Amino acid sequence: MEKAWHDRSRHAEDETETDTKQAFERLAKESIPRLFGMARRLAGDGAEDLVQECLMRSYRSFDSLEDRQAGLAWMQRILVNAYRDRLRKDSRTVQEVPVEEVDEFSLYRTLAEEDPLPYSDSLHVDFLHSFGREDVHAVLRRLPEIYRAPLVLRYMQGFSTKEIAKLLGTPLGTVFARLHRGRKLFEKELWEYANEADLLHAGVTR
Amino acid sequence: MSADERMIPCSQAVRQLWDYLDQRLSPEEHADVEKHLAFCRRCCGEMEFAKELQRFLASHGAEEIPPDVKEHLERLVEEL
Repeated sequence: MEKAWHDRSRHAEDETETDTKQAFERLAKESIPRLFGMARRLAGDGAEDLVQECLMRSYRSFDSLEDRQAGLAWMQRILVNAYRDRLRKDSRTVQEVPVEEVDEFSLYRTLAEEDPLPYSDSLHVDFLHSFGREDVHAVLRRLPEIYRAPLVLRYMQGFSTKEIAKLLGTPLGTVFARLHRGRKLFEKELWEYANEADLLHAGVTR
Repeated sequence: MSADERMIPCSQAVRQLWDYLDQRLSPEEHADVEKHLAFCRRCCGEMEFAKELQRFLASHGAEEIPPDVKEHLERLVEEL
């Protein structure tokens, strides 16, 4: 602990304020596209605000970043923190989805039984390919936050479950349970969205 | 029936598929799912689809940032 403090203060001595500012600018500008993608998946339309908040927070604590090579991961963690703080402020109560409603759903089986693309040789893959970027975005928006965040962080952003537990301030067991339910909900919403948006019909006639 | 011969039902195999793919099961559970998959064609299909879904999610993690948003955020950084 003492050593880290010592290294940091020496680091700060060696570097002028302008150097530090330039180093931050470089890191921030490189990271903006990735941060935005992550913010959009997590927060939807609030993505730009969330990235702004992340940029301001990381600027304020840039001195505490010891390994600048790991700057992007550091900023991603700050972004998730900002997102979590925002959720806490949000007064809407979080709705857990009853297990029985989703646990039994299997998109794989539903597709096999309903056969929505009768001309397809690879039904399951073609079903997924009928979703464009904005469709996926819309499906994610349908998931309650508590399921969306772990799903996005684990499967879209590649964070480990342990890290997600730490980032979201949730016990590891809860993260696993929400990932499980989140995947089921995602499958169910993919199916419902495809039907409502007429994705499959469009796919056949295209 | 000895412990080696028992077979888990499809419902359990499917429930454990993603954890199986994530290598998160105990060695015994892992072996149980593997044994089930070796003979159950439908669950193999479920597994292939789970893999496909993982690839699908991973491929949708990034997003093009609109140029005006990018410019706006870069300006913010310069003005900090």
